[in-house]
Amino acid sequence: MIELLYFRNSYPMTKLIEVKEITKKFDDITAVDGISFSVARGELFGFLGPNGAGKTTTINMLTGLARPDSGTISIGGVDCSKNPKAAQSLFGVVPDESNLYPELSGFDNLCFCAALYGMGDKERRKKAASLLETFGLKEAGHRKFAGYSRGMKRKLTIAAGVIHNPPLLFLDEPTTGIDVASARLIRQLIAELRDTGTTIFLTTHYIEEAERLCDRIAFIVNGRIVRIDSVANLLQPVKGMHSMMIFVSGMKPDLSMTLSSTFPDLRFSIPSGNMIRVESGAPIFVSPLARFLEDRNIDVMEARRLRPSLEDVFAQITGIESEKMKKEKEKKGGGS
Amino acid sequence: MKQWIAFWNILKKDMRAYYLKPPNISWGLVFPVAWAAMFFIKSGRGLESVRTLLPGLMAFSILFGTTSLLSVTITFEKKNRSFERLLLAPISLELLMLSKTSGAILFGMANPLVPLVLAMFLTDLSGISWVALLPAALLISISSTFLGLFIAVSVSEVFEAQTFSNFFRFPMIFLCGLFFPVSSLPVFLRPFSYLLPLTYGVDILHGAIHGGNAMPLIWDFLIIMIFCIVLFYISLKIILKRWII
Repeated sequence: MIELLYFRNSYPMTKLIEVKEITKKFDDITAVDGISFSVARGELFGFLGPNGAGKTTTINMLTGLARPDSGTISIGGVDCSKNPKAAQSLFGVVPDESNLYPELSGFDNLCFCAALYGMGDKERRKKAASLLETFGLKEAGHRKFAGYSRGMKRKLTIAAGVIHNPPLLFLDEPTTGIDVASARLIRQLIAELRDTGTTIFLTTHYIEEAERLCDRIAFIVNGRIVRIDSVANLLQPVKGMHSMMIFVSGMKPDLSMTLSSTFPDLRFSIPSGNMIRVESGAPIFVSPLARFLEDRNIDVMEARRLRPSLEDVFAQITGIESEKMKKEKEKKGGGS
Repeated sequence: MKQWIAFWNILKKDMRAYYLKPPNISWGLVFPVAWAAMFFIKSGRGLESVRTLLPGLMAFSILFGTTSLLSVTITFEKKNRSFERLLLAPISLELLMLSKTSGAILFGMANPLVPLVLAMFLTDLSGISWVALLPAALLISISSTFLGLFIAVSVSEVFEAQTFSNFFRFPMIFLCGLFFPVSSLPVFLRPFSYLLPLTYGVDILHGAIHGGNAMPLIWDFLIIMIFCIVLFYISLKIILKRWII
Protein backbone atom coordinates (compact mmCIF):
# COMPACT_ATOMS: atom_id res chain seq x y z
CA MET A 1 0.00 0.00 0.00
CA ILE A 2 2.90 2.33 0.83
CA GLU A 3 4.46 1.61 -2.57
CA LEU A 4 1.13 2.29 -4.24
CA LEU A 5 0.74 5.64 -2.50
CA TYR A 6 4.30 6.53 -3.36
CA PHE A 7 3.59 5.82 -7.02
CA ARG A 8 0.39 7.83 -7.01
CA ASN A 9 2.07 10.86 -5.48
CA SER A 10 5.20 10.66 -7.56
CA TYR A 11 3.48 11.28 -10.91
CA PRO A 12 1.66 14.58 -10.82
CA MET A 13 0.18 14.36 -14.34
CA THR A 14 -3.41 13.25 -14.71
CA LYS A 15 -2.98 10.96 -17.71
CA LEU A 16 -1.85 7.50 -16.70
CA ILE A 17 -2.14 5.99 -20.19
CA GLU A 18 -1.48 7.99 -23.33
CA VAL A 19 -1.77 6.29 -26.69
CA LYS A 20 -0.97 8.12 -29.92
CA GLU A 21 -1.73 6.78 -33.39
CA ILE A 22 -0.91 3.12 -32.75
CA THR A 23 -1.28 0.68 -35.60
CA LYS A 24 -0.88 -3.08 -35.68
CA LYS A 25 -1.06 -5.27 -38.77
CA PHE A 26 -1.03 -9.04 -39.03
CA ASP A 27 0.04 -9.82 -42.58
CA ASP A 28 -2.42 -7.84 -44.69
CA ILE A 29 -5.03 -7.46 -41.94
CA THR A 30 -5.02 -4.22 -39.95
CA ALA A 31 -6.07 -5.22 -36.43
CA VAL A 32 -5.62 -1.76 -34.93
CA ASP A 33 -5.66 1.24 -37.21
CA GLY A 34 -4.06 4.41 -35.87
CA ILE A 35 -6.00 4.76 -32.63
CA SER A 36 -5.34 7.46 -30.05
CA PHE A 37 -6.77 7.89 -26.57
CA SER A 38 -5.77 8.67 -23.01
CA VAL A 39 -6.90 7.34 -19.65
CA ALA A 40 -6.82 9.58 -16.60
CA ARG A 41 -5.50 8.48 -13.22
CA GLY A 42 -8.29 6.86 -11.18
CA GLU A 43 -10.58 6.52 -14.19
CA LEU A 44 -12.53 3.40 -15.16
CA PHE A 45 -12.18 3.37 -18.91
CA GLY A 46 -14.27 1.02 -21.03
CA PHE A 47 -13.13 -0.35 -24.37
CA LEU A 48 -16.07 -1.81 -26.25
CA GLY A 49 -16.39 -3.54 -29.56
CA PRO A 50 -17.48 -6.72 -31.31
CA ASN A 51 -15.28 -9.80 -31.83
CA GLY A 52 -12.18 -9.06 -33.83
CA ALA A 53 -12.54 -5.30 -33.34
CA GLY A 54 -8.99 -5.00 -31.97
CA LYS A 55 -9.66 -4.88 -28.21
CA THR A 56 -7.29 -7.65 -27.14
CA THR A 57 -4.63 -6.58 -29.64
CA THR A 58 -4.78 -3.09 -28.09
CA ILE A 59 -4.42 -4.54 -24.57
CA ASN A 60 -1.52 -6.70 -25.76
CA MET A 61 0.24 -3.64 -27.15
CA LEU A 62 -0.37 -1.66 -23.96
CA THR A 63 0.97 -4.44 -21.76
CA GLY A 64 3.98 -5.38 -23.87
CA LEU A 65 2.74 -8.69 -25.30
CA ALA A 66 2.64 -7.16 -28.77
CA ARG A 67 4.65 -4.44 -30.45
CA PRO A 68 2.85 -1.65 -32.33
CA ASP A 69 3.97 -1.19 -35.94
CA SER A 70 3.76 2.55 -35.41
CA GLY A 71 2.63 5.08 -32.82
CA THR A 72 3.55 5.59 -29.17
CA ILE A 73 2.28 4.29 -25.84
CA SER A 74 3.09 5.89 -22.53
CA ILE A 75 2.09 4.44 -19.16
CA GLY A 76 2.86 6.38 -16.00
CA GLY A 77 5.27 8.50 -18.00
CA VAL A 78 7.20 5.46 -19.28
CA ASP A 79 7.50 5.10 -23.06
CA CYS A 80 6.24 1.51 -23.48
CA SER A 81 6.71 1.41 -27.22
CA LYS A 82 10.47 1.58 -26.62
CA ASN A 83 10.75 -0.26 -23.32
CA PRO A 84 7.62 -2.23 -22.37
CA LYS A 85 9.37 -4.03 -19.49
CA ALA A 86 9.93 -0.73 -17.65
CA ALA A 87 6.19 -0.17 -17.15
CA GLN A 88 5.20 -3.73 -16.26
CA SER A 89 5.49 -3.19 -12.51
CA LEU A 90 2.92 -0.39 -12.78
CA PHE A 91 0.03 -2.56 -13.88
CA GLY A 92 -1.76 -5.83 -13.36
CA VAL A 93 -3.36 -7.77 -16.19
CA VAL A 94 -6.42 -9.99 -16.06
CA PRO A 95 -6.56 -11.73 -19.45
CA ASP A 96 -9.75 -12.94 -21.10
CA GLU A 97 -8.89 -16.52 -20.09
CA SER A 98 -8.18 -17.61 -16.53
CA ASN A 99 -4.55 -18.54 -17.05
CA LEU A 100 -3.27 -19.45 -13.60
CA TYR A 101 -1.42 -22.68 -12.88
CA PRO A 102 -3.81 -25.66 -12.69
CA GLU A 103 -1.49 -27.77 -10.53
CA LEU A 104 -1.08 -25.08 -7.83
CA SER A 105 -3.62 -24.23 -5.12
CA GLY A 106 -5.40 -20.88 -5.16
CA PHE A 107 -3.21 -19.64 -2.31
CA ASP A 108 0.03 -20.83 -3.98
CA ASN A 109 -1.03 -19.27 -7.28
CA LEU A 110 -1.47 -15.88 -5.59
CA CYS A 111 1.83 -16.20 -3.71
CA PHE A 112 3.60 -17.13 -6.95
CA CYS A 113 2.11 -14.15 -8.80
CA ALA A 114 3.17 -11.84 -5.95
CA ALA A 115 6.71 -13.27 -6.13
CA LEU A 116 6.85 -12.39 -9.84
CA TYR A 117 6.62 -8.75 -8.73
CA GLY A 118 9.36 -9.20 -6.14
CA MET A 119 7.16 -9.26 -3.03
CA GLY A 120 8.77 -10.82 0.03
CA ASP A 121 7.55 -14.12 1.50
CA LYS A 122 5.64 -12.74 4.53
CA GLU A 123 4.11 -9.88 2.56
CA ARG A 124 2.86 -12.13 -0.22
CA ARG A 125 1.38 -14.74 2.13
CA LYS A 126 -0.46 -12.00 4.01
CA LYS A 127 -1.72 -10.37 0.82
CA ALA A 128 -2.77 -13.72 -0.69
CA ALA A 129 -4.76 -14.65 2.42
CA SER A 130 -6.44 -11.25 2.47
CA LEU A 131 -7.38 -11.41 -1.23
CA LEU A 132 -8.78 -14.92 -0.88
CA GLU A 133 -11.06 -13.57 1.81
CA THR A 134 -12.05 -10.47 -0.19
CA PHE A 135 -12.89 -12.58 -3.25
CA GLY A 136 -14.87 -15.14 -1.23
CA LEU A 137 -12.37 -17.92 -1.89
CA LYS A 138 -11.02 -18.47 1.62
CA GLU A 139 -12.43 -22.00 1.89
CA ALA A 140 -11.13 -22.99 -1.54
CA GLY A 141 -7.71 -21.40 -1.04
CA HIS A 142 -5.89 -24.67 -0.54
CA ARG A 143 -7.63 -26.53 -3.35
CA LYS A 144 -5.97 -26.90 -6.73
CA PHE A 145 -6.89 -24.25 -9.30
CA ALA A 146 -7.73 -27.03 -11.77
CA GLY A 147 -10.72 -28.02 -9.58
CA TYR A 148 -12.21 -24.51 -9.38
CA SER A 149 -15.48 -23.60 -11.10
CA ARG A 150 -15.33 -21.06 -13.94
CA GLY A 151 -16.53 -18.24 -11.68
CA MET A 152 -13.98 -19.11 -8.98
CA LYS A 153 -11.21 -19.24 -11.58
CA ARG A 154 -12.19 -15.81 -12.83
CA LYS A 155 -12.22 -14.35 -9.31
CA LEU A 156 -8.80 -15.81 -8.52
CA THR A 157 -7.40 -14.50 -11.82
CA ILE A 158 -8.59 -11.01 -10.90
CA ALA A 159 -7.10 -11.39 -7.41
CA ALA A 160 -3.78 -12.38 -9.06
CA GLY A 161 -3.98 -9.23 -11.18
CA VAL A 162 -4.14 -6.96 -8.14
CA ILE A 163 -1.82 -8.93 -5.81
CA HIS A 164 0.98 -6.33 -6.16
CA ASN A 165 -1.31 -3.32 -5.62
CA PRO A 166 -0.90 -1.97 -9.15
CA PRO A 167 -2.08 1.60 -9.78
CA LEU A 168 -3.44 0.38 -13.14
CA LEU A 169 -5.41 -2.77 -13.93
CA PHE A 170 -6.21 -4.17 -17.38
CA LEU A 171 -9.36 -6.27 -17.29
CA ASP A 172 -10.14 -8.21 -20.44
CA GLU A 173 -13.71 -9.56 -20.46
CA PRO A 174 -13.86 -10.14 -16.69
CA THR A 175 -17.38 -11.57 -16.54
CA THR A 176 -17.64 -13.57 -19.76
CA GLY A 177 -19.10 -17.04 -19.38
CA ILE A 178 -19.55 -17.07 -15.61
CA ASP A 179 -22.60 -17.43 -13.38
CA VAL A 180 -24.75 -14.44 -12.45
CA ALA A 181 -23.72 -14.38 -8.76
CA SER A 182 -19.99 -14.44 -9.57
CA ALA A 183 -20.43 -11.79 -12.27
CA ARG A 184 -22.25 -9.57 -9.77
CA LEU A 185 -19.49 -10.01 -7.18
CA ILE A 186 -16.82 -9.26 -9.78
CA ARG A 187 -18.62 -6.06 -10.84
CA GLN A 188 -18.84 -5.04 -7.19
CA LEU A 189 -15.11 -5.70 -6.74
CA ILE A 190 -14.28 -3.69 -9.86
CA ALA A 191 -16.31 -0.78 -8.50
CA GLU A 192 -14.49 -1.07 -5.15
CA LEU A 193 -11.11 -1.06 -6.88
CA ARG A 194 -12.09 2.09 -8.75
CA ASP A 195 -13.29 3.69 -5.52
CA THR A 196 -9.91 3.02 -3.91
CA GLY A 197 -8.19 4.87 -6.75
CA THR A 198 -7.09 2.06 -9.08
CA THR A 199 -7.22 3.08 -12.72
CA ILE A 200 -9.03 0.40 -14.70
CA PHE A 201 -8.92 -0.34 -18.40
CA LEU A 202 -11.90 -2.61 -19.04
CA THR A 203 -12.81 -4.42 -22.21
CA THR A 204 -16.21 -6.07 -22.30
CA HIS A 205 -18.92 -6.99 -24.74
CA TYR A 206 -21.58 -6.59 -22.02
CA ILE A 207 -22.60 -3.03 -22.80
CA GLU A 208 -24.85 -2.72 -19.75
CA GLU A 209 -21.84 -3.71 -17.60
CA ALA A 210 -19.75 -0.95 -19.16
CA GLU A 211 -22.59 1.54 -18.76
CA ARG A 212 -22.94 0.69 -15.07
CA LEU A 213 -19.22 0.73 -14.25
CA CYS A 214 -17.31 3.01 -16.60
CA ASP A 215 -16.58 6.72 -16.43
CA ARG A 216 -15.67 6.94 -20.10
CA ILE A 217 -16.06 4.55 -22.99
CA ALA A 218 -14.41 4.07 -26.37
CA PHE A 219 -16.22 2.12 -29.10
CA ILE A 220 -13.82 0.26 -31.36
CA VAL A 221 -14.92 -1.29 -34.65
CA ASN A 222 -12.61 -2.80 -37.28
CA GLY A 223 -9.54 -1.50 -35.45
CA ARG A 224 -10.72 2.11 -35.30
CA ILE A 225 -12.19 4.09 -32.42
CA VAL A 226 -15.54 5.32 -33.71
CA ARG A 227 -16.57 7.23 -30.58
CA ILE A 228 -15.02 8.07 -27.25
CA ASP A 229 -16.83 9.97 -24.51
CA SER A 230 -18.19 9.92 -20.97
CA VAL A 231 -21.16 7.61 -20.36
CA ALA A 232 -23.41 10.63 -19.66
CA ASN A 233 -22.47 12.29 -22.97
CA LEU A 234 -22.87 9.06 -24.91
CA LEU A 235 -26.38 8.61 -23.52
CA GLN A 236 -27.44 12.17 -24.43
CA PRO A 237 -28.82 11.42 -27.93
CA VAL A 238 -31.07 8.61 -26.67
CA LYS A 239 -32.31 10.40 -23.58
CA GLY A 240 -35.66 11.41 -25.11
CA MET A 241 -36.07 8.14 -26.96
CA HIS A 242 -38.86 5.70 -26.12
CA SER A 243 -38.54 2.00 -26.89
CA MET A 244 -40.63 -1.06 -26.30
CA MET A 245 -40.17 -4.77 -26.89
CA ILE A 246 -43.31 -6.74 -27.78
CA PHE A 247 -43.19 -10.51 -27.41
CA VAL A 248 -45.59 -12.26 -29.79
CA SER A 249 -46.59 -15.68 -31.01
CA GLY A 250 -47.47 -16.42 -34.63
CA MET A 251 -45.25 -13.86 -36.35
CA LYS A 252 -46.08 -13.18 -40.03
CA PRO A 253 -43.63 -12.38 -42.84
CA ASP A 254 -43.38 -8.70 -43.88
CA LEU A 255 -44.93 -7.66 -40.57
CA SER A 256 -42.34 -4.97 -40.02
CA MET A 257 -43.25 -3.31 -43.32
CA THR A 258 -47.02 -3.49 -42.62
CA LEU A 259 -46.50 -2.03 -39.14
CA SER A 260 -44.34 0.81 -40.50
CA SER A 261 -46.97 1.78 -43.07
CA THR A 262 -49.79 1.65 -40.48
CA PHE A 263 -47.87 3.49 -37.73
CA PRO A 264 -45.58 5.93 -39.61
CA ASP A 265 -44.48 7.73 -36.42
CA LEU A 266 -42.97 4.55 -35.00
CA ARG A 267 -39.84 2.65 -36.02
CA PHE A 268 -40.03 -1.16 -36.02
CA SER A 269 -37.43 -3.90 -36.09
CA ILE A 270 -37.68 -7.66 -35.58
CA PRO A 271 -34.62 -8.80 -33.58
CA SER A 272 -35.86 -12.40 -33.43
CA GLY A 273 -38.79 -14.59 -34.52
CA ASN A 274 -41.00 -13.69 -31.55
CA MET A 275 -39.94 -10.11 -30.75
CA ILE A 276 -40.86 -6.75 -32.22
CA ARG A 277 -38.87 -3.71 -31.17
CA VAL A 278 -40.64 -0.36 -31.38
CA GLU A 279 -38.92 3.02 -31.12
CA SER A 280 -40.24 6.54 -31.12
CA GLY A 281 -39.43 10.09 -30.12
CA ALA A 282 -42.78 10.24 -28.26
CA PRO A 283 -44.40 7.87 -25.72
CA ILE A 284 -45.56 4.59 -27.28
CA PHE A 285 -49.14 3.40 -26.62
CA VAL A 286 -49.58 -0.36 -26.44
CA SER A 287 -53.33 -0.76 -27.13
CA PRO A 288 -53.40 0.25 -30.84
CA LEU A 289 -50.40 -1.97 -31.53
CA ALA A 290 -51.91 -4.92 -29.64
CA ARG A 291 -55.23 -4.55 -31.47
CA PHE A 292 -53.48 -4.35 -34.85
CA LEU A 293 -51.52 -7.52 -34.14
CA GLU A 294 -54.47 -9.48 -32.74
CA ASP A 295 -56.55 -8.54 -35.82
CA ARG A 296 -53.90 -10.41 -37.81
CA ASN A 297 -54.04 -13.48 -35.54
CA ILE A 298 -50.76 -12.62 -33.84
CA ASP A 299 -50.99 -13.15 -30.09
CA VAL A 300 -49.36 -10.53 -27.89
CA MET A 301 -47.69 -12.32 -24.98
CA GLU A 302 -45.95 -9.40 -23.32
CA ALA A 303 -44.99 -5.77 -23.94
CA ARG A 304 -42.01 -4.39 -22.09
CA ARG A 305 -40.90 -0.75 -21.97
CA LEU A 306 -37.14 -0.41 -22.49
CA ARG A 307 -34.98 2.16 -20.74
CA PRO A 308 -32.83 4.10 -23.21
CA SER A 309 -29.39 2.62 -22.81
CA LEU A 310 -25.86 2.56 -24.09
CA GLU A 311 -26.84 -0.45 -26.17
CA ASP A 312 -29.00 1.84 -28.30
CA VAL A 313 -26.11 4.26 -28.65
CA PHE A 314 -23.75 1.43 -29.57
CA ALA A 315 -26.19 0.11 -32.17
CA GLN A 316 -26.69 3.64 -33.58
CA ILE A 317 -22.96 4.35 -33.83
CA THR A 318 -21.68 0.99 -34.98
CA GLY A 319 -24.72 -0.51 -36.67
CA ILE A 320 -24.13 -3.68 -34.62
CA GLU A 321 -26.85 -5.12 -32.40
CA SER A 322 -25.44 -5.64 -28.90
CA GLU A 323 -27.40 -8.91 -28.52
CA LYS A 324 -25.69 -10.28 -31.62
CA MET A 325 -22.30 -9.23 -30.24
CA LYS A 326 -23.05 -10.91 -26.89
CA LYS A 327 -24.13 -14.16 -28.54
CA GLU A 328 -21.06 -14.22 -30.79
CA LYS A 329 -18.84 -13.73 -27.78
CA GLU A 330 -20.50 -16.41 -25.69
CA LYS A 331 -20.33 -18.83 -28.63
CA LYS A 332 -16.62 -18.09 -28.92
CA GLY A 333 -16.19 -18.25 -25.14
CA GLY A 334 -13.16 -15.98 -25.07
CA GLY A 335 -11.73 -12.64 -25.99
CA SER A 336 -11.23 -11.08 -29.34
CA MET B 1 16.78 -8.13 -5.64
CA LYS B 2 13.11 -8.18 -6.75
CA GLN B 3 14.07 -9.91 -10.00
CA TRP B 4 15.91 -12.60 -8.04
CA ILE B 5 12.84 -13.22 -5.84
CA ALA B 6 10.94 -13.84 -9.08
CA PHE B 7 13.79 -16.01 -10.43
CA TRP B 8 13.89 -18.21 -7.34
CA ASN B 9 10.12 -18.61 -7.17
CA ILE B 10 9.78 -19.54 -10.85
CA LEU B 11 12.47 -22.20 -10.32
CA LYS B 12 10.81 -23.42 -7.11
CA LYS B 13 7.39 -23.58 -8.77
CA ASP B 14 8.71 -25.55 -11.76
CA MET B 15 10.53 -28.01 -9.50
CA ARG B 16 7.35 -28.60 -7.50
CA ALA B 17 4.96 -28.61 -10.44
CA TYR B 18 6.99 -30.62 -12.93
CA TYR B 19 10.41 -31.98 -12.04
CA LEU B 20 9.76 -33.46 -8.60
CA LYS B 21 6.53 -35.16 -9.61
CA PRO B 22 6.71 -38.97 -9.11
CA PRO B 23 6.24 -39.81 -12.83
CA ASN B 24 9.19 -37.61 -13.76
CA ILE B 25 11.41 -38.98 -11.01
CA SER B 26 10.64 -42.50 -12.15
CA TRP B 27 11.32 -41.43 -15.76
CA GLY B 28 14.73 -40.20 -14.62
CA LEU B 29 15.37 -43.54 -12.86
CA VAL B 30 13.79 -46.17 -15.07
CA PHE B 31 14.86 -44.93 -18.48
CA PRO B 32 18.63 -44.80 -17.90
CA VAL B 33 18.54 -48.09 -15.97
CA ALA B 34 16.67 -49.82 -18.80
CA TRP B 35 19.12 -48.54 -21.41
CA ALA B 36 22.07 -49.45 -19.19
CA ALA B 37 20.74 -52.98 -18.84
CA MET B 38 20.21 -53.25 -22.59
CA PHE B 39 23.77 -52.21 -23.48
CA PHE B 40 25.19 -54.21 -20.58
CA ILE B 41 23.54 -57.42 -21.81
CA LYS B 42 24.37 -56.68 -25.46
CA SER B 43 28.08 -56.08 -24.75
CA GLY B 44 28.41 -59.65 -23.41
CA ARG B 45 31.53 -58.66 -21.50
CA GLY B 46 30.00 -58.80 -18.04
CA LEU B 47 31.00 -56.20 -15.46
CA GLU B 48 33.98 -55.15 -17.57
CA SER B 49 31.64 -53.22 -19.85
CA VAL B 50 30.18 -51.08 -17.06
CA ARG B 51 32.97 -48.52 -17.10
CA THR B 52 32.95 -48.42 -20.92
CA LEU B 53 29.22 -47.77 -21.03
CA LEU B 54 29.18 -45.19 -18.21
CA PRO B 55 29.98 -41.98 -20.21
CA GLY B 56 27.34 -42.77 -22.83
CA LEU B 57 24.74 -43.61 -20.22
CA MET B 58 25.41 -40.47 -18.22
CA ALA B 59 25.14 -38.27 -21.32
CA PHE B 60 22.08 -40.18 -22.46
CA SER B 61 20.22 -39.72 -19.16
CA ILE B 62 21.01 -36.01 -19.11
CA LEU B 63 19.90 -35.53 -22.72
CA PHE B 64 16.59 -37.32 -22.33
CA GLY B 65 15.82 -35.96 -18.85
CA THR B 66 16.28 -32.33 -19.85
CA THR B 67 14.88 -32.18 -23.38
CA SER B 68 11.77 -34.26 -22.63
CA LEU B 69 10.54 -32.18 -19.74
CA LEU B 70 11.55 -28.66 -20.70
CA SER B 71 10.22 -28.75 -24.25
CA VAL B 72 6.89 -30.11 -23.03
CA THR B 73 6.44 -27.84 -19.98
CA ILE B 74 7.14 -24.63 -21.87
CA THR B 75 4.90 -25.62 -24.78
CA PHE B 76 2.17 -26.59 -22.28
CA GLU B 77 2.43 -23.25 -20.44
CA LYS B 78 2.42 -21.36 -23.73
CA LYS B 79 -0.63 -23.29 -24.88
CA ASN B 80 -2.67 -22.66 -21.70
CA ARG B 81 -1.43 -19.05 -21.70
CA SER B 82 0.10 -19.19 -18.21
CA PHE B 83 3.42 -18.32 -19.87
CA GLU B 84 1.90 -14.91 -20.68
CA ARG B 85 1.88 -14.26 -16.94
CA LEU B 86 5.66 -14.63 -16.90
CA LEU B 87 6.11 -12.45 -19.97
CA LEU B 88 4.03 -9.74 -18.23
CA ALA B 89 6.13 -9.81 -15.06
CA PRO B 90 8.71 -7.04 -14.60
CA ILE B 91 11.63 -9.41 -15.09
CA SER B 92 14.03 -9.35 -18.03
CA LEU B 93 13.48 -11.99 -20.69
CA GLU B 94 17.02 -13.34 -20.22
CA LEU B 95 16.53 -13.87 -16.48
CA LEU B 96 13.03 -15.25 -17.02
CA MET B 97 14.28 -17.89 -19.45
CA LEU B 98 17.22 -18.72 -17.19
CA SER B 99 14.81 -19.31 -14.33
CA LYS B 100 12.57 -21.47 -16.56
CA THR B 101 15.56 -23.55 -17.65
CA SER B 102 17.30 -23.82 -14.27
CA GLY B 103 14.88 -26.53 -13.08
CA ALA B 104 15.66 -28.66 -16.13
CA ILE B 105 19.41 -28.07 -15.70
CA LEU B 106 19.23 -29.27 -12.07
CA PHE B 107 17.05 -32.21 -13.08
CA GLY B 108 19.55 -33.00 -15.83
CA MET B 109 22.39 -32.91 -13.28
CA ALA B 110 20.53 -35.32 -11.01
CA ASN B 111 19.77 -37.87 -13.75
CA PRO B 112 23.31 -39.20 -14.39
CA LEU B 113 23.63 -39.94 -10.68
CA VAL B 114 21.54 -43.07 -11.35
CA PRO B 115 24.03 -44.80 -13.70
CA LEU B 116 26.92 -43.39 -11.64
CA VAL B 117 25.66 -44.79 -8.33
CA LEU B 118 24.83 -48.13 -9.96
CA ALA B 119 28.28 -48.27 -11.48
CA MET B 120 29.83 -47.64 -8.04
CA PHE B 121 28.33 -50.93 -6.86
CA LEU B 122 29.33 -52.89 -9.96
CA THR B 123 32.84 -51.74 -10.76
CA ASP B 124 35.85 -49.86 -9.52
CA LEU B 125 35.53 -46.16 -10.26
CA SER B 126 38.93 -45.12 -8.93
CA GLY B 127 40.93 -42.98 -11.29
CA ILE B 128 37.97 -41.02 -12.54
CA SER B 129 38.75 -37.32 -13.00
CA TRP B 130 35.88 -35.74 -11.11
CA VAL B 131 37.26 -32.28 -11.88
CA ALA B 132 36.47 -32.89 -15.55
CA LEU B 133 33.42 -35.12 -15.08
CA LEU B 134 31.30 -32.77 -12.98
CA PRO B 135 31.72 -29.64 -15.15
CA ALA B 136 31.14 -31.84 -18.22
CA ALA B 137 27.88 -33.14 -16.73
CA LEU B 138 26.86 -29.55 -15.98
CA LEU B 139 27.68 -28.33 -19.49
CA ILE B 140 25.88 -31.29 -21.10
CA SER B 141 22.90 -30.51 -18.89
CA ILE B 142 22.93 -26.81 -19.85
CA SER B 143 23.39 -27.46 -23.58
CA SER B 144 20.69 -30.18 -23.63
CA THR B 145 18.33 -27.91 -21.69
CA PHE B 146 18.91 -25.05 -24.11
CA LEU B 147 18.33 -27.47 -26.98
CA GLY B 148 15.02 -28.33 -25.27
CA LEU B 149 14.29 -24.60 -24.99
CA PHE B 150 15.03 -24.10 -28.67
CA ILE B 151 12.64 -26.97 -29.49
CA ALA B 152 9.95 -25.58 -27.15
CA VAL B 153 9.99 -22.08 -28.63
CA SER B 154 10.06 -23.37 -32.20
CA VAL B 155 6.79 -25.31 -32.00
CA SER B 156 3.22 -24.60 -30.93
CA GLU B 157 1.83 -27.92 -29.76
CA VAL B 158 3.00 -30.38 -27.09
CA PHE B 159 3.04 -33.30 -29.56
CA GLU B 160 5.17 -31.23 -31.95
CA ALA B 161 7.64 -30.64 -29.13
CA GLN B 162 7.95 -34.39 -28.56
CA THR B 163 8.36 -35.16 -32.27
CA PHE B 164 10.87 -32.36 -32.79
CA SER B 165 12.81 -33.50 -29.66
CA ASN B 166 13.16 -36.97 -31.12
CA PHE B 167 14.31 -35.52 -34.42
CA PHE B 168 17.40 -34.33 -32.54
CA ARG B 169 17.72 -36.94 -29.79
CA PHE B 170 17.68 -40.24 -31.62
CA PRO B 171 20.34 -39.31 -34.18
CA MET B 172 22.40 -37.89 -31.27
CA ILE B 173 22.48 -41.32 -29.58
CA PHE B 174 24.38 -42.69 -32.56
CA LEU B 175 26.23 -39.63 -33.81
CA CYS B 176 27.68 -38.19 -30.61
CA GLY B 177 29.89 -41.07 -29.51
CA LEU B 178 27.65 -42.20 -26.67
CA PHE B 179 27.98 -45.90 -27.39
CA PHE B 180 30.10 -45.97 -30.58
CA PRO B 181 33.15 -43.75 -30.99
CA VAL B 182 32.77 -40.96 -33.55
CA SER B 183 35.91 -42.31 -35.23
CA SER B 184 34.07 -45.56 -36.02
CA LEU B 185 31.29 -43.75 -37.89
CA PRO B 186 31.29 -43.59 -41.70
CA VAL B 187 33.30 -40.58 -42.86
CA PHE B 188 30.28 -38.82 -44.39
CA LEU B 189 28.47 -38.88 -41.01
CA ARG B 190 31.31 -37.45 -38.94
CA PRO B 191 30.71 -33.76 -39.84
CA PHE B 192 27.17 -34.13 -38.44
CA SER B 193 28.65 -35.40 -35.15
CA TYR B 194 30.72 -32.25 -34.79
CA LEU B 195 27.64 -30.08 -35.32
CA LEU B 196 26.07 -31.50 -32.16
CA PRO B 197 27.03 -30.20 -28.69
CA LEU B 198 26.70 -33.59 -27.06
CA THR B 199 29.72 -34.92 -29.03
CA TYR B 200 32.00 -32.57 -27.09
CA GLY B 201 30.38 -33.34 -23.73
CA VAL B 202 30.68 -37.07 -24.29
CA ASP B 203 34.33 -36.64 -25.27
CA ILE B 204 35.03 -34.96 -21.92
CA LEU B 205 33.18 -37.72 -20.08
CA HIS B 206 35.16 -40.42 -21.91
CA GLY B 207 38.36 -38.63 -21.03
CA ALA B 208 37.33 -38.23 -17.39
CA ILE B 209 36.36 -41.89 -17.00
CA HIS B 210 38.86 -43.73 -19.24
CA GLY B 211 41.53 -41.11 -19.83
CA GLY B 212 42.36 -39.78 -23.28
CA ASN B 213 40.14 -37.41 -25.26
CA ALA B 214 39.55 -37.33 -29.00
CA MET B 215 39.89 -33.53 -28.92
CA PRO B 216 41.87 -31.23 -26.61
CA LEU B 217 39.86 -30.82 -23.38
CA ILE B 218 39.90 -27.04 -23.55
CA TRP B 219 38.34 -27.13 -27.05
CA ASP B 220 35.64 -29.50 -25.85
CA PHE B 221 34.73 -27.11 -23.02
CA LEU B 222 34.91 -24.02 -25.22
CA ILE B 223 32.84 -25.47 -28.03
CA ILE B 224 30.10 -26.78 -25.77
CA MET B 225 29.96 -23.39 -24.01
CA ILE B 226 29.60 -21.66 -27.37
CA PHE B 227 26.76 -24.05 -28.23
CA CYS B 228 25.04 -23.11 -24.93
CA ILE B 229 25.28 -19.38 -25.63
CA VAL B 230 24.15 -19.72 -29.26
CA LEU B 231 21.16 -21.98 -28.44
CA PHE B 232 20.03 -19.65 -25.63
CA TYR B 233 20.44 -16.55 -27.79
CA ILE B 234 18.55 -18.07 -30.73
CA SER B 235 15.74 -19.19 -28.40
CA LEU B 236 15.38 -15.64 -27.01
CA LYS B 237 15.25 -14.26 -30.54
CA ILE B 238 12.52 -16.75 -31.45
CA ILE B 239 10.51 -15.78 -28.34
CA LEU B 240 10.75 -12.10 -29.25
CA LYS B 241 9.75 -12.84 -32.83
CA ARG B 242 6.97 -15.37 -32.27
CA TRP B 243 5.56 -14.66 -28.82
CA ILE B 244 5.86 -10.89 -28.51
CA ILE B 245 4.48 -10.17 -31.94
